[in-house]
Amino acid sequence: MRAMSWPLRIGWIVIIAAVLVWSLFPVFSILMTSLKTQDGLFSGTLLPPEWTFDNYAQILAPGGAAQELFLTSLRNSIGITLISTFIAVVLATLCAYAIARLDFPGKRIILTTALAVSVFPIVSIVTPLFNLWRTIGLYDTWLGLIIPYLSLTLPIAIWTLAAFFRQIPWELEQAAQVDGATPFEAFRKTVVPLAAPGVFTTAIIAFFIAWNDFVYGISLTSTDAARPVPAALSFFTGASQFEQPTGAISAAAIVVTIPIVIVVVIFQRRIVSGLTQGAVKG
Amino acid sequence: VTTDTVAPTRRSERPAPKPARRRLSDRARAERRLGWMLAGPAFGIMLLVTLYPIVQALFDSLFRLRLTAPDERAFIWFENYRVILSDPAFWQSMWITVLITVITVLIELVVGFGLALVMHRAIKRFRGLVRTAILVPYGIITVVSAFAWFYAFDINSGGYINNWLAWIPGFDTDLNWFAQQGTSLFVIILSEVWKTTPFISLLLLSGLAQVPGDLEEAAKVDGATGWEVMRRVILPNMKAAIMVAVLFRTLEAFRIFDNIFIMTGGANDTEALSLLAYNTSIGRLEIGLGSAISVLLFLSVLIIAGIFIKGFKVDLSAGRNS
Repeated sequence: MRAMSWPLRIGWIVIIAAVLVWSLFPVFSILMTSLKTQDGLFSGTLLPPEWTFDNYAQILAPGGAAQELFLTSLRNSIGITLISTFIAVVLATLCAYAIARLDFPGKRIILTTALAVSVFPIVSIVTPLFNLWRTIGLYDTWLGLIIPYLSLTLPIAIWTLAAFFRQIPWELEQAAQVDGATPFEAFRKTVVPLAAPGVFTTAIIAFFIAWNDFVYGISLTSTDAARPVPAALSFFTGASQFEQPTGAISAAAIVVTIPIVIVVVIFQRRIVSGLTQGAVKG
Repeated sequence: VTTDTVAPTRRSERPAPKPARRRLSDRARAERRLGWMLAGPAFGIMLLVTLYPIVQALFDSLFRLRLTAPDERAFIWFENYRVILSDPAFWQSMWITVLITVITVLIELVVGFGLALVMHRAIKRFRGLVRTAILVPYGIITVVSAFAWFYAFDINSGGYINNWLAWIPGFDTDLNWFAQQGTSLFVIILSEVWKTTPFISLLLLSGLAQVPGDLEEAAKVDGATGWEVMRRVILPNMKAAIMVAVLFRTLEAFRIFDNIFIMTGGANDTEALSLLAYNTSIGRLEIGLGSAISVLLFLSVLIIAGIFIKGFKVDLSAGRNS
């Protein structure tokens, strides 16, 4: 690439700085809120006048005012999200494999259904689920969230994986067999290494979507038996009745954001390719 | 593990000629069966978790049904719909939802296109950085975004934005952003835009990648300015991607819930349709009325999708790979 002229270079630096500020400002803002003392909250400044980790102690340290509430919901969130992501990715892998490789009537219907489900207004199905779950005992249980979470994770997993699988040169498998590999060897040595990154990326995207859920979480739970983090945040209370839960909520928000930022930093290239390939012909 | 030979041409679907159907070979029939065995479970579950509940909602919406008084359950035809459709509160909700949807999608289209251009044009050294920054809002929990913006603005929880705006003549630093509709909506939309623009910009980025580079070059050689290239070459070639992005975001924005729930809970006339449905059925346990609102919300989404697909001729398969 030829060297950029100075005005162009400065222009790019300004643009990229603007993108960074826009994308990271709210995270920085709530991080700062989480490090403020109870009095410091009302300093009216972005940066804390006095730095403290008290808010983190409240949600993480034994005896913290919101520790049990937060850690229980964190466990619920991680468990429910991982299980529903796992189920979605397994089912979607089979489904996308069939769509990409086999000839059977109804492919279009499956893809269109996935598309329709992904834009379905969740609130529309929450009322009947709320009613049904209470009758059959799934209300306020892990399973009662894992099942509806599949409506969030399955469609995007099918789309993303179908797009990934379409790009795999399946002929390699036959070539390996011609070269004397057994069918299983051929599959394991040629297809699996090519398909694995797609499956992994899909799992990340599905995890993000389930991790983000609020509507199901707040509608289908009533105690900390299954309440996930986003729903639990709105139930936080201050250390005493005179204290605001602002600091504790901010600290909890940062704790659940850190893993996302780490995953994004490590896998940004894959996530972008997964999201764009699922969207448009790759 | 299958070892059959599948030609790459199978990927593109073509309608099978009718007479061929009767002469389907055993192999083709086995392939069909295998196809449905593999794809069936995912398909079935998708239907089960959406189709069944919406049918149930349709059914429940025809009853007077209150969980606080379960014995008064009675079949009342479309009475619930009459009550809702003649209630100004419903139309207020509808109006707010449409307003929020239109404003967010328009802003996101412009900002998202800008971000897509930055990702597309940025030199290699910056590309990873920009992508990472843009994916942070994508990955973050919407409720966290809502709290972040809420705490920055709300004077009762130590918001500092008012101090930043003090230089504006006539700005009241005691302004409570969440005490009236207009300013509440401003912050709600800000958070919604921040959180969901990355999605639209990634859809647009994949559209940008499809614009043939030689067309752009040719236009430049012919002396077109940057703006002309944009308007005459890039945008027309991206039309399909733009329409798909707008359709998806419109349908998503129409079900806005999290940001409003956290910031106002629907107070000050900010109760969008999703919130109205939630507050009616889960808040007040009016299952009959709530179901009717749910069905109306679902119908609205269907109508919007219909308008886009028929009216604007959005070909989903043009943007989405099918």
